[in-house]
Amino acid sequence: MLSLCAISKKFPGFELKEVSFTVEDGDYFILLGESGAGKSMVLETIAGLVLPDSGSILLDGREITREKIQRRGIGLVFQDHAVFPHMTVRGNLQYALKALPRVQENTAEAAEKMAERLSIISLLERKPATLSGGELQRVALARTLIQKPGILLLDEPLASVDHQLKSELRALLRQIHKEGQTILHVTHDFEEAISLGSRVAVINNGMIVQEGTTHEVFEHPRSNFVAGFAGIKNFFRVTLSVKNGKTKARTGPVEIELITEENETEGFIIIRAEDLVLSREPVDTSMVNHFQGTIQRIVPSRSGCEVTLDAGILFTALVTSTSADQLGLREGNSVWVHFKATAVKYFCL
Amino acid sequence: MKSSNIKEFMRTKASPSDLFFTLTGALVLLFIIAPLLGMFLKTTPSTLFETASETEVRQSIWLTIWTSLAATLFFSVTAIPFAYLLARKNFPFKGLVTGIIDLPVVIPHSAAGIALLGFVSRDSVLGQMGSAIGLNFIGHPAGIAIAMAFVSIPYLINTARDGFAGVPERLEKAALTLGASPGRVFFTISLPLAWRNILSGLILMFARGMSEFGAVVIIAYHPMITPVLIYERFGAFGLKYARPVSVLFILISLALFILFRWMAKPKSNEKS
Repeated sequence: MLSLCAISKKFPGFELKEVSFTVEDGDYFILLGESGAGKSMVLETIAGLVLPDSGSILLDGREITREKIQRRGIGLVFQDHAVFPHMTVRGNLQYALKALPRVQENTAEAAEKMAERLSIISLLERKPATLSGGELQRVALARTLIQKPGILLLDEPLASVDHQLKSELRALLRQIHKEGQTILHVTHDFEEAISLGSRVAVINNGMIVQEGTTHEVFEHPRSNFVAGFAGIKNFFRVTLSVKNGKTKARTGPVEIELITEENETEGFIIIRAEDLVLSREPVDTSMVNHFQGTIQRIVPSRSGCEVTLDAGILFTALVTSTSADQLGLREGNSVWVHFKATAVKYFCL
Repeated sequence: MKSSNIKEFMRTKASPSDLFFTLTGALVLLFIIAPLLGMFLKTTPSTLFETASETEVRQSIWLTIWTSLAATLFFSVTAIPFAYLLARKNFPFKGLVTGIIDLPVVIPHSAAGIALLGFVSRDSVLGQMGSAIGLNFIGHPAGIAIAMAFVSIPYLINTARDGFAGVPERLEKAALTLGASPGRVFFTISLPLAWRNILSGLILMFARGMSEFGAVVIIAYHPMITPVLIYERFGAFGLKYARPVSVLFILISLALFILFRWMAKPKSNEKS
């Protein structure tokens, strides 16, 4: 278990203000914030690269606030991998092993075992310059995991990889987590938070503004910042099922049709408020999802009006003020909401 | 230049400005090559061979090489960690410190020799320490090496500092989080990654030390390093006698320089 208690640190032009949170053993903890919010600083403080001005850090009950970097038992994977370019992949893995106080296994054997686990066994003799971004990320992960860290810190591990690789790496991180590794993952991308995290803390301007399970934080954002930052409106916990070749997501009394290649049946869906179309009467369109509901409230927003309606679950649609006027939308009105199957984004747990 | 490049170069029509820049370039090159070429052409292979067989000449060339090499290696032990410090840390008066490092380059080298003479003479602290172990720096190879190091050490420090500055700090941080001690990080990450620059710095320092005259002649006229020998032959016997030694020394310096550069060149499989 890792606990940060009121960590404060002043940098020129920026400060961490009493940052506190706890990562329980086995958690996949996401620290979510925009760039410049202080996420990486928090990681560097935990790793010991930066010493806090005040506050304390505990790892498994042991105070490590001022402990030497080398003795913390914390693994940190940097955003740009930081794989040593002058060593082979094997050299990189063994570098981490040599630093361990006592090596129980033969280093060559341990390196090979880890390489196998992360599917980089064929790359062992290669130099980093010949590897792709995804391979480098795997090497960096392997090099850190080989030390069996008490907690694995990941700094934006998916920030600089393409879409295809992202889902591959996500699957890998999920697998590492499933094997029992406690992870603290820093990101600016709420989709990562939803698809990977079990708990989330949102950081803004050097302060933690909300902490909770992924579901709690996104379902009930405690501040406009959290809600606005993520931009999540229609966020639901769902169970998938396939009926007549169509994939349906069930949440409460509602079944939503969607398209996904994921096999896991438990997850979340998000539908962007802009993708919801409202009408006063049922209409015939190519869209497959239609629900009738009652308008609960209409709130003016930057880009028009946010219309929240109850159709068994609460949908929020974003429409322009002109459309809202033309349709004559009023609180208490009955309306239809329509959206395409492709507008539904699914994230498995 | 590859032959395809040459062909392409010949095809492109030169504009007046191209012509101007080419002409100025050619003049500068000529200015460097002409005196050297003239000297080489005026020296016959037989005189060169005769000069090379003189014990005095051979001894002085050997002395110049090994004192400069010793000065470079001895002072690199302190200069390289210092360069690392300059590249990585900020401290008060850092600008002043960097300025001080460049001082030996800008002051007249005879003046540097005078300053050093006071520093290593028998009544100075260093001179007395030397005397205690029976070493008198004046007129001694050790004194020559000190004079060479004084004027050439900025080249090593500055080049090595640039090399260390080019090593991403993240790699060092990563090594620390992987459990390496700061010393191990320096020797296994920073030093190997800055190695090419450091080697360049060592070569520059060595070459600059070999060519030093002003500071060395004041500390040690004897034993004679080659630049002093050339000067002495010129003063005592005239241009004709100074020329073959100069040519021989230049050839040997060039050969060494090319050899070291070749050794420092990245191997084709390391380039990436």
